[in-house]
Amino acid sequence: MRLFRSIATFLLPVLAVIAFQQDASAAGRGYYLTQATMAAYYVVVTLGLALLMGHAGQVSLGHGAFFALGGYTSAILTTRPLDLPPAAERTLSALGCVLRAEDAAGVPQLVVAPPAAFAAALLLTLAVALLVGYPTLRLRGYYLAMATLGFGLIVYRVLLGTPFTGAADGIHGVPGWSFGGAFTLCGRRDHRVANYYFAWGAALLTLLLLRNLIRSRFGRALAAIHDHETAAGAMGVNTAACKLQAFVVSALLAAAAGVFATHFNGGIGPSEAGALKSVRYVALVAAGGMGNLPGVLAASAGLTFLSLRDAFGTYDDAVFGAILIAVVTWAPQGPLEPLGRALRGLAAWRPARREAARRGAA
Amino acid sequence: MSTFLQYILSGVTVGSVYAAVAVGFNVIYRTTGVLNFAQGEFVMLGGMVAVTLAARLPTGVAVAVAVAAVGLFGAGLEWTFFRRLRRHTPLHMVVITIGLAILIREAARHVWDEKVRSLPFFSGTSVSSLRLFGAALSPQVLWVLGIVGLAVLALHLTFRHTLAGRAMRACAANPDAAQLAGINLGVMRTLSFGFSAALGALAGCAISPLTLTQYDMGADLAIKGFAAAALGGLGDPMAAVAGGLAVGLAEKLSISILPAAYEDATAFAILILVLLVRPHGLLASRSAARSG
Amino acid sequence: MKWGTWGAALAAAWLAAGVRGADEIRIGALFAVTGPAAALGAPEARTAEMLAEKLNAEGGVLGRKVRLIVKDTAGNPEKAVSFCKQLIEEERVLAILGPSTSGETLQIKKLCNDEKTLLLSCAAAETIVNPVARYVFKTPQKDSQAATHIFRSMAGRGIARVGVLVDNSGFGQAGKAQIEALAPTNGIAIAACETYDKAATDLTDILAKVKAQNVQAVINWSIVPAQAIVARNMRQIGMDVPLYQSHGFGSLKYVQQAGEAGEGILFPCGRILVAEQLPDDHPQKATLMAYKQAYESRCKEEAGSFGGYAHDAFALVIAAIKAANSTETDKVRDALENLKGFAGVSGVYSFSPTDHTGLGLDSLEMLTVRKGAFAIAPAAAKQP
Repeated sequence: MRLFRSIATFLLPVLAVIAFQQDASAAGRGYYLTQATMAAYYVVVTLGLALLMGHAGQVSLGHGAFFALGGYTSAILTTRPLDLPPAAERTLSALGCVLRAEDAAGVPQLVVAPPAAFAAALLLTLAVALLVGYPTLRLRGYYLAMATLGFGLIVYRVLLGTPFTGAADGIHGVPGWSFGGAFTLCGRRDHRVANYYFAWGAALLTLLLLRNLIRSRFGRALAAIHDHETAAGAMGVNTAACKLQAFVVSALLAAAAGVFATHFNGGIGPSEAGALKSVRYVALVAAGGMGNLPGVLAASAGLTFLSLRDAFGTYDDAVFGAILIAVVTWAPQGPLEPLGRALRGLAAWRPARREAARRGAA
Repeated sequence: MSTFLQYILSGVTVGSVYAAVAVGFNVIYRTTGVLNFAQGEFVMLGGMVAVTLAARLPTGVAVAVAVAAVGLFGAGLEWTFFRRLRRHTPLHMVVITIGLAILIREAARHVWDEKVRSLPFFSGTSVSSLRLFGAALSPQVLWVLGIVGLAVLALHLTFRHTLAGRAMRACAANPDAAQLAGINLGVMRTLSFGFSAALGALAGCAISPLTLTQYDMGADLAIKGFAAAALGGLGDPMAAVAGGLAVGLAEKLSISILPAAYEDATAFAILILVLLVRPHGLLASRSAARSG
Repeated sequence: MKWGTWGAALAAAWLAAGVRGADEIRIGALFAVTGPAAALGAPEARTAEMLAEKLNAEGGVLGRKVRLIVKDTAGNPEKAVSFCKQLIEEERVLAILGPSTSGETLQIKKLCNDEKTLLLSCAAAETIVNPVARYVFKTPQKDSQAATHIFRSMAGRGIARVGVLVDNSGFGQAGKAQIEALAPTNGIAIAACETYDKAATDLTDILAKVKAQNVQAVINWSIVPAQAIVARNMRQIGMDVPLYQSHGFGSLKYVQQAGEAGEGILFPCGRILVAEQLPDDHPQKATLMAYKQAYESRCKEEAGSFGGYAHDAFALVIAAIKAANSTETDKVRDALENLKGFAGVSGVYSFSPTDHTGLGLDSLEMLTVRKGAFAIAPAAAKQP
């Protein structure tokens, strides 16, 4: 039964992804794939955040900063020319770390190759996540939320105020990422279907990965911490390490999403690190049901898709603010919680009646 | 030397603004335990409403009406909405108030659009300044500090010496016992929201000539005001004022070592440091903030 | 409750999307109507909508109505990219007006050019038109031209040492780049250059830093509200040297906000602010007065430079359509590129295959504030 549910909940998204693409292409609405692809990358971010918020119980109001760290690192490395001696260039080129590419004016320059930039982005994010996470995860409740908000804002201000990161203009002209010529991660129309499947492949892989993580010992430790941190600690769970690991995993996922999205869009701007973006991620996770991964996937995908298609017009921010209020006010455990409670109540009712009848008869 | 002194006066100028917001945070927190992120929006609304009214009414009257209106709005928010949030943790409340702040901001944009506005200076003109050893301070800053100071004094007296004030403190310390003692919890909470909103609105009017009023000014104010309140310790309005001035000074003094572009980041860095090192605030004592 | 409403709205939108006016000319627009660049994007959107309505009321162009599709990017590059793709592929627009900021424009420049969609940006960065992309144009004057005007005015007043303040928006940073690039060749030494947050409320600290460098003038390149704050703070701390601002200063409201401190501010700007003071035979007079009156009566606020960029973007597309007598993209593009002497709000446009800005140094006029109103600044006057 459990295996069936397992397969079903995973297969369902896969089928939905394929069906969407087929349907869109058949109806001549292939352009939906653009926003669907972008939405997939944001789904990766929210899934990671769901692990942190829903399972480890730690709120982060600054997760946009990790997306931005990843995106900016790869953007800067793949667009800024390097000055290396020829010998170094030869070695690194052979290793696939650097390559010659044309800039906007058509002038060939030496830049870091996307795979190496990706690795660098993840390493930087790992370092920052450890640096930030280690002290702040000792905080509880709203202190942690505020500290992460502060962190996100610092990253935003630094990106906004530094000419090296493009200041307010951000970085543009980010090249596509070619995977051995078979597939290129870019935003061009002729590569759209392949990019759609790559993006959703990444999102579903993230889903699978996190599901397995949650079902492992680590996941159980997180659940224990979420339930009652002190008791978990008393039972021998290394609460600090577990929380930090969850934080780092979610940060790395956000950064990876940032890298892919930046190659897809061809650029990135400081708004990705802003407070509104980070609050939006929290709203999406809340709307999906906190720790409910498929729920978060569906909510994020749907709402982000609509937002990117201008369904909300100038009220975009207001919509997410309203969602945040609505969900947290009426269903702090997630929108499906009232339903869940009702179902559980129902399930408990029958054995209770049987028990009462038995006692009555006795 | 006069340059350095100017940094300090500049720090006092922006610090007075943060202090005003911090005191507002403080009031609601003391009586309801809620960290109200919409506090920044009350400040914005005060300025906006006053500017709109000032086109037809004398400035003083416009300010008074604006303060009353925003105060009623704040009280109304508590009465219709916050009242129902019983089983929510402080973290939930923070998130909810952030969502509320976003909604208020968007509504303000819809009503007033994106243009920048301001009230006239309460005294003097836009270029009047008080000179202190070669550095200058706008008299409006003294108005802001004066208002904040009066508010703190009023709070101090109210909380200590009036029945209503003592009732509010009781509600914060032990809601159940307070209720048993016959204190109407609901009324107290509504009053404190109303007062905090009114105070925020008054601050918004006072700072309007200095900072100019714009629909999106609330968010930064809320975060920095919270940093100030946290620095001073959430329990004490006087400490909130000190916290505000401290944040302002740190921000402005930072430009002597960092590029001015990172000024704001300094305030946020202070926030993080305070939360990490002394989450109860540097000046907090027995009335320490709650955890979790 | 929420889902039902959105579901219904979405369904309605999808249905509506299927109903296309076959005879309509579709023009898209990407403006930052909300967000940090709202001071630029909101007037631009209002102007574009006003012009589209007016045009349609007069019968449209080539006998066909124009459908203007405005999208609010809130200054976010990822939205700019997504909406741009929507406009190009789904709405199949002939041209896109905007975006409002250089950052967003640069993100979509290659996209529009590859997809052969005309882009008339309302942002000023030089890199938008240099290197020239066939389908990409811009309507604002060049920041380098504005900087040159400032430096010439300084030369006339014997100023050689300046302090520069810019805000951290794309607008400010672009200005900084041009000022720093052109100062040496104009004999101006930049003694201090500081970037501040555009929402800063008190700048006396930075000004004190600049004052300590004994500058002979201050250049401030920002948008609201900093423009007024810099002016006031300067006088408050006793800096009596001339203050030069950017064309972002162009609104009487900002002068009022600066109060007394506004007197004597010098800034290069398009002629929209002094439209009444121009002689009747000035090529731009008719366009300027028409725009001013229409905008001010409809939007209840004064017309300024930013709205002017959107006005010119729209007017240029329509003019190109008329000149080409067609709505085929390439024909319109060629017509646009060959347009000469077109009187817009921001200046008189003459494009060429190598010049997709179309405006020269004379599109800007050095203005000043005198007795709370704008006036054309005397050329090389000594301070009164």
